[in-house]
Formats: sequence, structure tokens, C-alpha cells
Amino acid sequence: MTDQPNPTPDQGVPGASHGDSEFQPAFDHPLTPRERMTIERTHMPEQDALARAANFHEVNLGYSEQLAVLEAERCLQCKNPVCIAGCPVRVNIPLFIELLRIGDMAGAAASLLGDNALPCVTGRVCPQEIQCEGICVRAKKGSPVAIGALERYVADWAMEHPESIPVASPQASGKSVAIVGSGPSGLTAAGELVKSGHDVTIFEAFHAAGGVLIYGIPEFRLPKDIVQGEVDRLVASGVKIEANAIIGRTYTLHELRERFDAVFIAVGAGLPVFMNVPGENLKGVYSANEYLTRVNLMGAWNPESDTPILRGHRVVVVGGGNVAMDAVRTAKRLGAEEATIVYRRGKQELPARAEEVHHAEQEGIRFDFQVAPVEVLGDENRWVTGIRSIRMELGEPDASGRRRPMPIEGSEFEIECEMVVVAIGTRSNPLLTASEPDLEINPWGYIVTDEHGMTSVPGVFAGGDIVRGAATVILAMGDGKRSAHAIDAWLGGAYPPTGEVVSGEPAAVAAE
Amino acid sequence: MHTVVDKARLSPNVTRLVIEAPRIAEIRRPGQFVIVHRGPGAERIPLTIADADRERGTITLVIQAVGKSTEDLVALEVGEGIQDVAGPLGRATELIESGHAVCVGGGVGTAVVYPIALGLAESGVKVTSVIGGRSKEWVIFEDELRRAGEVVTCTDDGSYGRHGFVTDALRDVIEAGGVDAVYAVGPVPMMRAVAEVTRPYGVPTFASLNAIMLDGTGMCGGCRVQVGGKTVYACVDGPEFDAHAVDFRELADRLGTYREFEAHALEVAHRRAAEKDEAPIHAPDGSCLIPALATAAEQQEAAAAAGEPKG
Repeated sequence: MTDQPNPTPDQGVPGASHGDSEFQPAFDHPLTPRERMTIERTHMPEQDALARAANFHEVNLGYSEQLAVLEAERCLQCKNPVCIAGCPVRVNIPLFIELLRIGDMAGAAASLLGDNALPCVTGRVCPQEIQCEGICVRAKKGSPVAIGALERYVADWAMEHPESIPVASPQASGKSVAIVGSGPSGLTAAGELVKSGHDVTIFEAFHAAGGVLIYGIPEFRLPKDIVQGEVDRLVASGVKIEANAIIGRTYTLHELRERFDAVFIAVGAGLPVFMNVPGENLKGVYSANEYLTRVNLMGAWNPESDTPILRGHRVVVVGGGNVAMDAVRTAKRLGAEEATIVYRRGKQELPARAEEVHHAEQEGIRFDFQVAPVEVLGDENRWVTGIRSIRMELGEPDASGRRRPMPIEGSEFEIECEMVVVAIGTRSNPLLTASEPDLEINPWGYIVTDEHGMTSVPGVFAGGDIVRGAATVILAMGDGKRSAHAIDAWLGGAYPPTGEVVSGEPAAVAAE
Repeated sequence: MHTVVDKARLSPNVTRLVIEAPRIAEIRRPGQFVIVHRGPGAERIPLTIADADRERGTITLVIQAVGKSTEDLVALEVGEGIQDVAGPLGRATELIESGHAVCVGGGVGTAVVYPIALGLAESGVKVTSVIGGRSKEWVIFEDELRRAGEVVTCTDDGSYGRHGFVTDALRDVIEAGGVDAVYAVGPVPMMRAVAEVTRPYGVPTFASLNAIMLDGTGMCGGCRVQVGGKTVYACVDGPEFDAHAVDFRELADRLGTYREFEAHALEVAHRRAAEKDEAPIHAPDGSCLIPALATAAEQQEAAAAAGEPKG
């Protein structure tokens, strides 16, 4: 977006085109930086921990307008806004915050949507603490600006006021692009490419679009109607979605390459990793993928869904990442009296977001640290009865910089449970890559690309987890945006692209 | 939307639906399956493609109504539609290229073995089909299979064809000599029995596994099954495997995972049909609560009943 208003910090409050006529500034005079520094970070209201542990409603409730404007006043509007560099999709953070502060909600929304195709999602699930907020200058002395909460506020406003968002009608380029996968990477790329006037079709294997946003991340963290809203907005902007289309089965990559001028592969890292211990095929053992897909995509949390889900009094979730937190909090909501995380390292090493761990603790989730399962135990009918585990001690840091867990001999013990969810990661799915011998993959099955995201097949690009391995929503979105820029250049006959849209490796730490 | 263009009841609980799915009709190969999702709130159900008509752009699904979800599917009338049909999924059957093959079908599995028999016959392989059912009215696809070659029909009660199980008839065919491969589709106990019949003769035997699946692309791991001591996924590595290496006991066991849920859901559905009943499909007390409660006897029964094939 190039034609947005670009107010200076002291432009003042009134007169701007308010999205909301009842807008009240937080203060009756423009604040000095010193005054801004005195405002404390505004806490996002959330559902009571005990109440929410028994329902699937969203945990975080979002800012009111008053809280949002107050928080926006905390932004110092730095001349060199380092927060932008901390964002994998390079959102112009100070600009949307300033427009919000002065009450120009339509402007704030247009600015945010211009940079980020899925702001309702990122405002909820991004690990801001290690990205934009992690390097916000206010973090040096106290708390950073609550950028994620402000993004969510503006994004939700935009969703409720579609009439206020200018509809871009780019000139048709005459070029077509196929996108494989409708997860965060594919949707972001689609949003960018359609803005450039390309004819975009997304192919999705499931019956609903959204990928991990819809099958993986639970309702209580990312409501599915929010995801649907983002998808609907992309469809309204011209993106076509073909559901139930599995590339490698329904169509080959070769066919897509012939039908479209370019292809972007964003299929994620879809195969579950199991522990490879005895008893893993007993009834009552789920992969996190299966467990969460049943509950989220298939709606098994809803008593009216035809899709069954097992419920246990005692549920053990193995793993320490965001997916493990999602699974264990889901189990709690499905009635588990004891929902326990079993993780082989310590609390410091948990790869999950601090906020998710905190929320889990509040909801009564138990944590067994420095413990690794060695066997799943079952009864004579092959239902799970527990896991035999071994205690671990932490040795020297390994390649990931985290201390390496080592089993303590003779420390084996049993944890009783009726259900085990394995959430120790995912790996690449060979379904697509195996059908295309020309597509170069690395020894782990991930697709090899150049620095702009192009694969060994000209005109075929790839991004997200199928290139980088399991990571976060926002890193996948960054890849989608970067690849869209490169695809645009390719379609215009000017590959490689010039100018940096987003860097390949943002200043962020990937989840385990 | 995939419109139902033809519908016929083949046996007391087996129905044939012909639905529009042009892309799948065009490219599917014997042994492959689809996942159907009737609409919002419905389950995703894997069903093997029994036949396809490229010109009409249709595929044939043969469905055994054993639970709420399958009953809902067979309740669809001509003109009504299925929202989602994904596929074709799975690997195509490895068809032998010459010699003599025996195709064994039990119950609804007979419809699944039909495209395999036809595929073999089309490439010049001599095909003998051995099919069975409880009694005459449960025998399906006999006429269709005759297009591929000789058909030996068995009924458990002797009301039609040969009296006895398909395994007895299969043994006789093998004893006669010259059998190069056996393809078996049916309830788990039948496939296990077929594997035991052919094992001493060393005849390569393939079984089509009807494991529990969500996505059909390898993503959920629900269909994992042990073959030759290795865990594989029926959806992407199969659905057909070397029957001599499959752990049928584990397959049957895992197929029983949701038995209690399914019984409850079916009961609710029937009650709702009979009267205005608001009971939820999922019992609030969790009819799917892990049944440490269930007795060993019930479980064994489950393992046997779990042999009901997917379709």
C-alpha cells in the first residue's frame, strides 16, 4: 500500500477520519515521550482460568477501544523502528499503532492489511515476545508495547468493518499461480499474489481451508470463525480455493506446472513423529495431529459432531512445544481430571510460548520435567493404562543450544493414564515430493530452494515448514510473502527479484 | 458437491451409490479409495472405489451401513449430494501381469475386490473369484465379477452356491495348482484366515486394510498398522499389503477403538428418527471414555466385529 496517510506523531487527535465516531483520545494533549514512558503496559483481559478450563471459548478476550488507545499511547514512534525488523512479514508497526492512537481505524486497518494478509491470526498466535516485542526499545526499561494485542484489536475491527477497507482492484496480469496448501504460508502468498493482479488458485487436501490454523490450533486460542473470516476475505479479493485436491494424488505437480505459470508449494510438515517405543499402537495413543484434527477440524469437542474422540480421566501429553500445550489444554477441556505434560528437558527449555505455558499452568495442567517415556503400558484388552518413563539429567548444551537430556540409570517409574498424546514434532510428507523426481529434496525430505524460494524446478517455489522444517505460523507467513515477491518477479521475467520484502531468516527462534 | 446419480440396495445392509466425481473417475486405478465427507458435522469416511465411468464422470461406492455415519450416507437419495470427495487416495494395487490370480471377497469387500479382478483380467491374467456371504441375500457383485472370469460363490448357511467359508473354496482352487497370487478383501478375520490358507503354499497374498483414517494423506497416523514388524500407514503405504506380514490382531484391535461411541451414536440416531430426541451424539459423560470398564469378553467380541470392512 503506498497511498496511505502518513501522519507524524504530533499531528494531533481530532479531524482524522475516524473509523468510529465515538472515538475518545486517551489524553487531552499530545504526550511527550517522557509522559508515554510513564504509562504501564495494558493487560489483555482473559477468561477466568477455572471457567475456561471447562469450555472452548477463546481465552484472551481482546482490548476495548479505551485499553487499545491507552496502549497505543505507549508507543514512542521511534525514528528507527526496530520492531519492524523483528517481524517476519515486516508489518509497519509504528504506523498502524499511530493511526489507531489518533482514531483513524480505517487507516490503521488498511495499513495493517497491506502488510499482513492474516492479522487476526498473527495477533493471536505470534510469539511476539521473541519478535517485535522482544526488540521493542521499551522492553529495555520495563515492558514492551503490547504490539500483538494492538494488532489483534485493529485486525478484529477490520473484520467487523469490511465496508471501511478499500477494495484493491489491481490490473490483471494475465498470469496464473497455483498454490499447494492453504495454511499460513499459502494463504499469505495468495493474498500477496492476488494484490499483484495474478490469477491465484489454492489446492487444499482437506475439505476446509486454513491448514494448521484450522486443524491444529484449538478454538480457545484461535476461533475457527476468525480463520474462516480471513479465508473469506482472500476469496472476496479473488483467490480461488479448490478443496479435496491432494497434489501427488488428485493432480501431479507436473500437471500444475503445465496449467499454471508458476507454482508455490506450501504443504507444511505433515507427518507425525512417534516415540518409537513399545506399546505405541495401543488404543488410547494419539499423534497430536490426529487428536487435534479430530477436535478442531472435525469439531469433536462439540457433542453434535459425528467424529468420535477418546476422553481419559488422566491424559499424558508427551512434548514441550506449542502443539503439546494445545493438546494438553484440549484434554483438560474434554474433561480430563489430570492432564500432564511429560517433557524430557526442564521448564527453561520448553519450546512453547511463555504465554501458552503460563495459561496452561493457570488451568491446572501438570508438568513432569526431565522425564522421557520408554514404553506405553496397556491392559489385556490393549487399552492404555500408563507410561513407563525414565528420569533425565541435563548435560552439556547440544547443537540447539539447549542442555542435552541424558537418562538416569535405574530411575524408571510409571505414570498411570488412560490416554497418551504424542506431540514431539512432525516431519516432511513425501506424498507430493515423491511424485516429482526433478524436485530436489534434502536428506530429511524437505524441499531445497534458492535464497528467494525457488526450487530446482523452474517456476516452482516452496516455503513454510516443507522447506524449513516444523516452525511457527509467522515464519511460514514470512516465507509466503517472500516467495510471492519472487514469484511476481519470475512472472514479470525479472527473476531474481530485487529489493528485500522480508528476509529469509527473520530475527526469531523457531519452535522445536 | 458430488451428486448421487444412481442408487441400489445390494444386500440387507449394503448399498451402491454412483456419484459424480469426474476427476477421480478419470485417473483412479484399482485398489484406490476416496474419503467422503457428507457435510458439516459429518465424519470423514474412507471408501474404496468399486468402479468408475470416465465418460459419465462418475465413481461407484459400495457402502455397508454399520454406524450412524454410514447410515447417513446410504440414506442419500438420487439427486442429493455429498459435499466432499477427496482422492483418489492410496497406492494402486500391484497387479500381476500374467498367470492365474484368485480374488477373494467377503461381504462388502466383494465390491472392493471387483476393480482388482477387472484390472487383472484386462491385462490378460486368468481370474478366479471366490466370494461369500452369510446367506444368498448377502452375496453381492457376483454378476460383475463374472466379467473377470470364473466365480465361486459360498454361503455360510449353504442357501446359495457352495456351503461353507471362502477359505475352504480358496484352498481347493490352490490345491488344483497354478495360482500365482491371491487378493483378499473382506472382514479382518476373513483376510487373516485367507493369509493362513495361502501361507503354506507360498502364494503371494495381498490384503486391503480398512484402518481408521482422518485425512488419508499420512498426516494423522491413525491408520498405522504393523507389517513385517514395521509400523506403516495404510493410507499412503497401502491400503494393500503382504497379507503374510500384516499384524491382523492389532488391526482388528485398533478398529475397535470407537466401538462404544459408534453404538451410542447409532442408538441416538435411531431414537431421534423415531421421536423428537435431543440427546447429543457424544454422550456428555463421554460414551467414548476409555473403557477400562469394558470386559475382556466384550473386547474380544469387538475385535471380531471390527472385521466389518470400510466399504
